[in-house]
Amino acid sequence: MAGSNPNAKPMNLTLNVWRQPNRQAQGKIVEYHVKDISPDMSFLEMLDVLNEDLLHAGQDPVAFDHDCREGICGSCDLFINGRSHGPEKGTTTCQLHMRKFSDGDTITIEPWRANAFPVNKDLSVDRSAFDRIIQAGGYVSVNTGGAPDGNEIPIPKEISDRAFEAATCIGCGACVAACKNASAMLFVSAKVSQLALLPQGNVERKTRVENMVAQMDKEGFGACTNIGSCAAECPVGISLENIAILNREFLAAKATSNNLA
Amino acid sequence: MSWISKTFTSSIGRKIIMALTGLFLCSFLVVHLIGNLQLFKHDQGAAFNVYSHFMGTNPIIRTIEWGLVLGFGFHIYEALMLTRRNKAARGAQGYVSNHSEQNSEWTSRNMGILGTIILIFLIVHLYNFFWRARFAGNLPKMGGADPLTSDYDNLYMAVVSSFHIWWYVLLYVAAQISLGYHLWHGFRSGFQTLGLNHRKYTPAIKYVGYTFAVVVSAAFAAMPLYFFLFTDAQGELATNAPALLHSVAAAF
Repeated sequence: MAGSNPNAKPMNLTLNVWRQPNRQAQGKIVEYHVKDISPDMSFLEMLDVLNEDLLHAGQDPVAFDHDCREGICGSCDLFINGRSHGPEKGTTTCQLHMRKFSDGDTITIEPWRANAFPVNKDLSVDRSAFDRIIQAGGYVSVNTGGAPDGNEIPIPKEISDRAFEAATCIGCGACVAACKNASAMLFVSAKVSQLALLPQGNVERKTRVENMVAQMDKEGFGACTNIGSCAAECPVGISLENIAILNREFLAAKATSNNLA
Repeated sequence: MSWISKTFTSSIGRKIIMALTGLFLCSFLVVHLIGNLQLFKHDQGAAFNVYSHFMGTNPIIRTIEWGLVLGFGFHIYEALMLTRRNKAARGAQGYVSNHSEQNSEWTSRNMGILGTIILIFLIVHLYNFFWRARFAGNLPKMGGADPLTSDYDNLYMAVVSSFHIWWYVLLYVAAQISLGYHLWHGFRSGFQTLGLNHRKYTPAIKYVGYTFAVVVSAAFAAMPLYFFLFTDAQGELATNAPALLHSVAAAF
């Protein structure tokens, strides 16, 4: 398993992995040992090595979520050594490299823990609660007909930059996992403020925030207590300012919308 | 359920009530602290007793007092509701290993514990001073030559005697440390919850909050410590108290 770095020494690690056969079953931590892990591997490649070992031994491999493996899709939802996506700041699990660990380390790997995110199997988590929140209002209405001119709607650069910052949220759920209250407010606030900042989002501005917050509460996420773990663990650096925007969008919508229900 | 009750039972609605009542209680702390600074006045408690009598009898103050009861009531009630929701949100199976100390402040994660310590203090504090002054009516009277003030309760002596009991002083100081940490997070958190976050003002709000937390809790804690360490049973400065305190006392 030689890495690209000739000086990199392979590592032997102890892994404490959460194993749970299905949603209903009781899970437990199981200890595994992996050998000759290259420091150049990503964390997910290290898990691939573990699974290959397990398959050769005739055992059930560890289920974990992953897709793009380049930090875009937000699938790799692992709680590593008590942190969302592990110890490194501003990364997803697939971008976390084994050089951040040392030979002989013990690494504890758990799934996201939230009532709204049930464990499918082992480390794989059902995050469809996020999809339902988006369905409740995370969209804009677009007119059909001829394509509008690209520069028809003027948007100041500063505003478009701020909207884009919020739009970088990949919906990975690290905020929920890190939050003491399993609150989804950083995620919801990123989506709400992205669309509230732009003129295209104005059509559904009030119903959007009302419906998305209602869905968030219905899914059973907690309420934000401004701890800040979420923003500290966010792989793309969504800031707490968005939660303040969410709060005032919500208050303004509740005070002025025509929705009496 | 109407839109109003729906708004204020939603997660953000409850947070907004927490923030409004919390910041209102901050304003109460300022008033309470400034009034109580009269304890340090070198006049056998005359000014403090007159002030206490005013606060206990003035109809405007007595009306605002109900606002204070509601402020505390809602702050505590919403804290319980939010805590219950937030505990349930994590689910039955928590983390085996969770290093939240690496991504957040201890105070921010322990507002409930800090608030509970403050609540225990509040019950003892209200019984000892408020209840005895307002309802029990068993406090000594001020006496003295002035017929206007001679039948006022001598709340000052109740304070002095309470602050010579070591466990009472300990409870007060512990509660003020808790209050300091509670405000450290709570002050800026209140603004954030109300949506008052702006890159120009939020850094200032943060440091005003830190200063507020330290000054208010230290000033309140100074009261029991002053009477316990430096005064006799009448609240007079002991002869062996530091020279600085004597010169300050002489100035008033």
